[in-house]
Amino acid sequence: MTPVNGKPAGGAEVLLGVRDLRVDFRVDAATTLQAVKGIAFDIPVNSTVALVGESGSGKSVTALAILGLLPRENSTARGEVAYAGRNLLALSPGELQKLRGADISMVFQEPMSSLNPVFTVGFQLTEVLRKHLGMTSAQARARAVDLLREVGIPEPEARIGAYPFQLSGGQQQRVMIAMAIACEPKLLIADEPTTALDVTIQKQILELIADVQKRRRMSVLFITHDLALVGEIADHVVVMRDGEIREKGTAEQIFEAARDPYTRALLLCRPQLERRPKRLPVIDDFLNSSGQVPEMPERTRGLRGDEEIVLEVRHLGKSFYSRESLFAKKEFKAVVDVSFKLAKGKTLGVVGESGSGKTTVALTLMRLHEASSGEVLFDGKNLLSIPLREMMQYKRRIQIVFQNPYASLNPRFTAGQLLMEPLQIHGIGESESERRDRVYKLFEEVGLPDVSFFKYPHEFSGGQRQRIAIARCLTMKPDVLICDEAVSALDVSVQAQILNLLQDLQDGYNMSYIFISHDLAVVKYMADQVLVMNEGAVVEVAGSDELYRNPKHPYTKSLLSSIPRGWRGSPGR
Amino acid sequence: MMQAALASRVTRRSESPGLWMLAWRRFGRDRVGVASFAVVVVFFGVMLASGLHLIAADWASEVGVNYAPPTFARPNTSDRDAVAPEAPRGEKARGANPDDPLADVLSEIRGKEPASRDETGVADPLADALAEIRAERSGAATRAQTQSATLAFGGDRWGRDVLKKAIKGTETSMFVGLAAAALTALLGTLFGAFAGYYGRWIDDFFNWFYSIFTAVPYLLLILAIAAVLNQKGTMTVILILGLTGWTGIFRLVRAEYLKHKAREYIQAADAIGASHARRMFVHILPNVSHVVLVQLSLHVVLFIKSEVVLSFLGFGVGVDTVSWGSMLNEAQSELILGYWWQLAAATIAMALLVTGFSLFTDAVRDALDPKLK
Repeated sequence: MTPVNGKPAGGAEVLLGVRDLRVDFRVDAATTLQAVKGIAFDIPVNSTVALVGESGSGKSVTALAILGLLPRENSTARGEVAYAGRNLLALSPGELQKLRGADISMVFQEPMSSLNPVFTVGFQLTEVLRKHLGMTSAQARARAVDLLREVGIPEPEARIGAYPFQLSGGQQQRVMIAMAIACEPKLLIADEPTTALDVTIQKQILELIADVQKRRRMSVLFITHDLALVGEIADHVVVMRDGEIREKGTAEQIFEAARDPYTRALLLCRPQLERRPKRLPVIDDFLNSSGQVPEMPERTRGLRGDEEIVLEVRHLGKSFYSRESLFAKKEFKAVVDVSFKLAKGKTLGVVGESGSGKTTVALTLMRLHEASSGEVLFDGKNLLSIPLREMMQYKRRIQIVFQNPYASLNPRFTAGQLLMEPLQIHGIGESESERRDRVYKLFEEVGLPDVSFFKYPHEFSGGQRQRIAIARCLTMKPDVLICDEAVSALDVSVQAQILNLLQDLQDGYNMSYIFISHDLAVVKYMADQVLVMNEGAVVEVAGSDELYRNPKHPYTKSLLSSIPRGWRGSPGR
Repeated sequence: MMQAALASRVTRRSESPGLWMLAWRRFGRDRVGVASFAVVVVFFGVMLASGLHLIAADWASEVGVNYAPPTFARPNTSDRDAVAPEAPRGEKARGANPDDPLADVLSEIRGKEPASRDETGVADPLADALAEIRAERSGAATRAQTQSATLAFGGDRWGRDVLKKAIKGTETSMFVGLAAAALTALLGTLFGAFAGYYGRWIDDFFNWFYSIFTAVPYLLLILAIAAVLNQKGTMTVILILGLTGWTGIFRLVRAEYLKHKAREYIQAADAIGASHARRMFVHILPNVSHVVLVQLSLHVVLFIKSEVVLSFLGFGVGVDTVSWGSMLNEAQSELILGYWWQLAAATIAMALLVTGFSLFTDAVRDALDPKLK
């Protein structure tokens, strides 16, 4: 087998070799989608290979093809996946079944949906052991406890009887990893194993995978969209785009001297903690030009202290109640005593892990949820106490962009209708034709073509949809724009474009932003002031440079320390 | 330069197809959809034409002999039985009818008539009336003369054309099925939308209402409503079916509303200031319309069948109207005698419409649902 370029000379023994792998999906009778277009790479023994790419790059399809898990009715995989002298693509389903779990195993993105909710984790774990290794139930149980201890589950003897919903997301992912390594596989495929998890948990899981890999001397194929993440654990990196391999090499080659402009774009499009250019470089800067990105002047952030305050939130509280019995209710405090001031034309960043109450604050101050206590002062009025009828005129002045652009646009409305609706409701514009002109102007402003007017949301990409959502907010010329994880669901390259757009709009309209995100680097890039939330309460508020340089609260410190630092040379690898 | 750009933009705008145009194009690409649409259109045409008395207005006239077989099936019956062709005149043909309960009386009258007039010489006070009857009878005779031995698609017990009966039945059954299903869908969607969207006590109220309706056995409920309405006819059947059938649609629509009201796009609609009614019916309804449409087509089919059951129980359409239900009812006893054509006519018509209608609703849903292409 010829080593693929970029392998260390004399090379380690190859565990699994992918040669000219092609995967086609039949969409309908006439169209076929080429998901993977002839790729080749090797996974050496005892090493971690990272497969990096944005959505639609074919990285997950590659993993499924290796395992023989592609749906047989509408897909074909050709080429060769050589493992132990056999071509996995040519094996019968029965032979593959034996291989899966025992030799090659997989960890999926969503631990909650990968575990069966009606069986205990112990049952699911012992099932693997009994089936593949033929253990008795007593042996399997003892082994399962050992495995749970190995992946860092506290009190494994007690947790073995727990149901998946009784564990946290991080613990569920640990159980998934325990299941995957139960039969001592030679290759572990991890498909975005940390994407659904909070940053602090993400760091622990990454460490666990790296740890298990070293201890068991197995190989890991780590699939992710985040190149920075890979820097910490990968030995080799394969960068994919549109079903093709753009670049492959050792981690050192990729991070120190990437040759492909796309790889460089992936590295530089993400906001970095150290730098804050006026505009983020976008992917076209790398692909179109000679690959040289002009240096951008840095932007300074922060408040002087004498800015006009547009919105003031005082002691905001929100509790949810769940019915325990006929009379007893159980209170859950989602937001406790949150206060902040928002300055005109500035951005307040809100960071926190899932469940910290960031989104609830946003929805409550817009009265999309009724608040339990507190005041929201806007234009001299307490928005929480004025009657709903009066609220209508304020509603248009505070707008929100939601996280998921696939869910926040009504699929039955065309982009044109989506933008016309707020104009019609609020009677903005003299006539229908004038409103239509406004909509076309907004399309231009957010960088969408005119034909978008008659297209439905599903005909747009994720980034374009988010542009529509932003344009819809702009129709009402709001004073305050709340971005609730507005770029979290987008690919790295698209994320940079949307962030640039938001920045341009703020500069143009002098809007104030409340920028909610779990991504600390993005918040650092966007925010003048940052508010850190944990379990419904504000733990720290500070200017964004100050907060990242000198965190005071221990929770802020732990958050900041868990940001993936990316490539840091080759520390004792 | 600017002008040119503006002009090109204007033309591009006007060239962009509208929403319904896009849906219609998508529909046009669906061959099965178009074929089923044609079937449904034909049935609607038949229903309308029949309702306006353009066709099958004379469905009740007895144009054939009783149980006249279909023309294409003639060799089996006509030569052997020789019912019609060999009978010299209508009278005899009539007399030869073994089913005619008045045959004996007729022949008696026929034997007596001349005698009574000659012997007594008394002016018969009923002479005029009798003459009238006679004239009528001779008329009947000539009509009987024109009664054909076979009909294109067969005849029923009274020699009525099965094809025309089926057309008339189509009118009744389709109208009952469509109107009742529309009523059901309207009630179910409205109740479901309110219950699912507002939740709280409104939801509780409709759920109690739903529980009561589903707790009563279906037939008992139908009988109860029929007793309350206390009259027979097409409208009654529609009301009975419509007022009892909404529960299934209610449950599904309520569940959909519960799911959709928490979706981000509804929160987004709230944020831009859309009213409750707008969110319920402009935003959510189109997104759950496929549920309603599918249920509508299923209920049309269900109610056409229910009409048969109701007719059987005596709560169906009146005796002066014909429906597929009443045709199938008659077919029960006919089948034993080997007269299959009425059953065939009603079944084929029903199968065609039901299949066509289901496929058509599917195609409409696909065309209206932008996600499915």
